[in-house]
Amino acid sequence: MTRRPPHIDENPHGVDLPLEPLPGHSSRGRLERVLRRGEFAVTAELNPPDSANAQDVYERAAVFDGWVDGINAVDASGANCHMSSLGICALLTRMGYATIMQIACRDRNRIAIQGDVLGAAAMGVANILCLTGDGVQAGDQPGAKPVFDLDSMSLLETVRVMRDEERFLSGRKLSTPPAVFMGAAINPFAPPYDFRPLRLAKKIAAGAQFVQSQYCFDVPMLQEYMKRARNLGLAEKCYILIGVGPLASAKTARWIRANVPGVHIPDDVVRRLEGAQNQKEEGKRLCIDIINEVKEIEGVSGVHVMAYRQEEYVAEIVHESGVLKGRRPWKREPGPDDAMVADRLDHLLETPNQRPVDMVKDAAG
Amino acid sequence: MTSNKKKKPLRQRVTQATIVRKARELIAYKPADVSPQRRVQRRYTMRRWSVRHARSLEWFYAHFANMFLVLHPLWNAIGYRRAEAPVKFVEKQVKGLLFDCRMCGQCILSSTGMSCPMNCPKQLRNGPCGGVRANGNCEVEPDMPCVWVKAWEGAQRMRGTENILDVQKPVDQSLRETSSWLRVTALAAAERNRNTKAAE
Repeated sequence: MTRRPPHIDENPHGVDLPLEPLPGHSSRGRLERVLRRGEFAVTAELNPPDSANAQDVYERAAVFDGWVDGINAVDASGANCHMSSLGICALLTRMGYATIMQIACRDRNRIAIQGDVLGAAAMGVANILCLTGDGVQAGDQPGAKPVFDLDSMSLLETVRVMRDEERFLSGRKLSTPPAVFMGAAINPFAPPYDFRPLRLAKKIAAGAQFVQSQYCFDVPMLQEYMKRARNLGLAEKCYILIGVGPLASAKTARWIRANVPGVHIPDDVVRRLEGAQNQKEEGKRLCIDIINEVKEIEGVSGVHVMAYRQEEYVAEIVHESGVLKGRRPWKREPGPDDAMVADRLDHLLETPNQRPVDMVKDAAG
Repeated sequence: MTSNKKKKPLRQRVTQATIVRKARELIAYKPADVSPQRRVQRRYTMRRWSVRHARSLEWFYAHFANMFLVLHPLWNAIGYRRAEAPVKFVEKQVKGLLFDCRMCGQCILSSTGMSCPMNCPKQLRNGPCGGVRANGNCEVEPDMPCVWVKAWEGAQRMRGTENILDVQKPVDQSLRETSSWLRVTALAAAERNRNTKAAE
């Protein structure tokens, strides 16, 4: 097997080795490298499986191969129970994927969260997205106890304290701080609109280095928000990734508008979908159009593609919108020694039985 | 194949949306004024009044806090621990009436436009979540005006408008059901003592 030239975002001494820390970087992750190089980043959201099968996670991650710079592992989004974000990250980091672990404050208190941050960083999770989380009433188990011990802001602060001051919230020392790139969420499409850019400023003050926004279907509203964010000088202090996604049909759009908290879908978007012959195709087209508009806005550093249950279209959307500009995000490829290992594994299974008990039995005839 | 073999009825695919809808039906009977957070007032009238009068309440509280600080020798004489119960009782009644106070014991009303953040179903102390409805109501309790939309309105009226931009620490749950007034006074008195000592 011939060795391909090393990708810019991998360790030249071997794909499996962790990346070298770069000066000024807070993590060893590829997402931070891409953003700090000034490239337009693409992240995607993995639909968490309702199963205990690792293969499900791998299959769902494989559709993003070579198209995204980071995969979001959601933490029971919409208060619906799924495989945990920590579990997904454990599986994906083993395979070398760049994961963005989401932490929601809804389900765990500060003791559990700080422990998870350490565990995740130890496994190689380089990005953590700090969220408040939806209310339990939004999900399939409205009888659960809402925890909300921290909120997104104090969670950011907590992780920052752990990373930069090398201690827990209580002040107890950490021997190795978690080297993570910290993210937060923004929603420019919900009231109070005047407060939203200031809230981003607050999140940056609390430690956010990148933010991912809620679904954007209203570009003029986003432009207004970005203008105010730029005036406050926030676009230089933090990488802003805008959330986009295809709508499957006009019916889905209406359902989302009525049932998913915080998603703003203007009427003309619904009308455009309704008027189309193939609504699914039109939804994808719409998503690409929005990406093309969004990438021109000054201060936007990337897009976050949330194609819930349409993950297979992510590659197409990224390709057709051309946001990567010919760049190839890191992709998991079989290494030169993988074939050898596989061969050896087969061989191992074939070796004769060498358990002493059996050998004695054999000798006794 | 025999024809009398019954065809299996197509099993309806259960989507997540279906489950969510069914789960909501379970809690569908819920009186409109009931909240997972214990609420003092049934209506939002007083809360709204307090936000509208944030400026005067701010002025009043500043003087009130000063008065408490002046009374520091008295609190000391009685003993802060013994004063706790009656002061807490009064504080709970007054703030319960005005703000639907939840007695978190670490009052930040001056930084939240006189709208108590503990009334938020997520108890957010640092600003609104992304789920605020287009009409400015809460995502969890659809008939309640978002605590943080109100806080922003209140903050605009106040002298300390930019206080709302301070990043608040997480709630210390061990201070629940204690008097915030006395704690603030005790801390201010300690601070004053330190300053006078440093000056000498």
